[in-house]
Amino acid sequence: MEVQVNDSTLIKNYISGDERSLEILIQRHNQRISSFIYSKVMDRDITEDIFQDTFIKVIRTLKRGSYSEEGKFLPWVMRIAHNLIIDYYRKSRRLPKFEGGDQFNIFSIISDEKLNIERQLIKDQIDVDLRVMIEELPEDQKSVILMRIYKDMSFKEISENTGVSINTALGRMRYALINLRKIVEKHNIVLTN
Amino acid sequence: MKNNYIEPQKEQTVLKAKPETVSFLLAYSKALKVTECNGIKFEGNLN
Repeated sequence: MEVQVNDSTLIKNYISGDERSLEILIQRHNQRISSFIYSKVMDRDITEDIFQDTFIKVIRTLKRGSYSEEGKFLPWVMRIAHNLIIDYYRKSRRLPKFEGGDQFNIFSIISDEKLNIERQLIKDQIDVDLRVMIEELPEDQKSVILMRIYKDMSFKEISENTGVSINTALGRMRYALINLRKIVEKHNIVLTN
Repeated sequence: MKNNYIEPQKEQTVLKAKPETVSFLLAYSKALKVTECNGIKFEGNLN
């Protein structure tokens, strides 16, 4: 019957110069570490590279006598592998830059959808002006427009809420918009962005 | 009904590093010598 020497004994033996102990350690944990790396990177060649780099770090640390986590060899190796996986993803995130030349400007096909600060200020001002104008409307029209535009309610919900038919709610909305246009024309208000 | 409650098993890929990688590591280990001088550790590769 074969007696299995534990990891910490093998590490001690390896540090003392027994190279065979390293081979046993690698073979013992090969499958577990390789499968762990592969589960993160999903590429056999990269798995091989990270596995190799992991054990190079292990060998250097052991040979330098810097290893102190006795009895926790596998978690320690797994942590090294984990850190190398993170490094790999950090490096691969640095994608090649695509810069436009004289013939082509990259900004012609990509743009920022967000309003710039000036347009945002104008929009805010329009919102305030519109709210002031809505306050000038008759109460029934005002409530319909507030429910439809600001509360995003359907006309069915508005009719249920106000106790009128859908057609009446639609009619009030129509008159509210007509009256808002009248206010805009009467006072020469400019609402553009 | 029972099938509705059985989660599909994820396929676990089990693999091992190639023998070439292992022998490289063993050769690297044999070649690596660490020498300490005045508290500073020097690494040398005796290939």
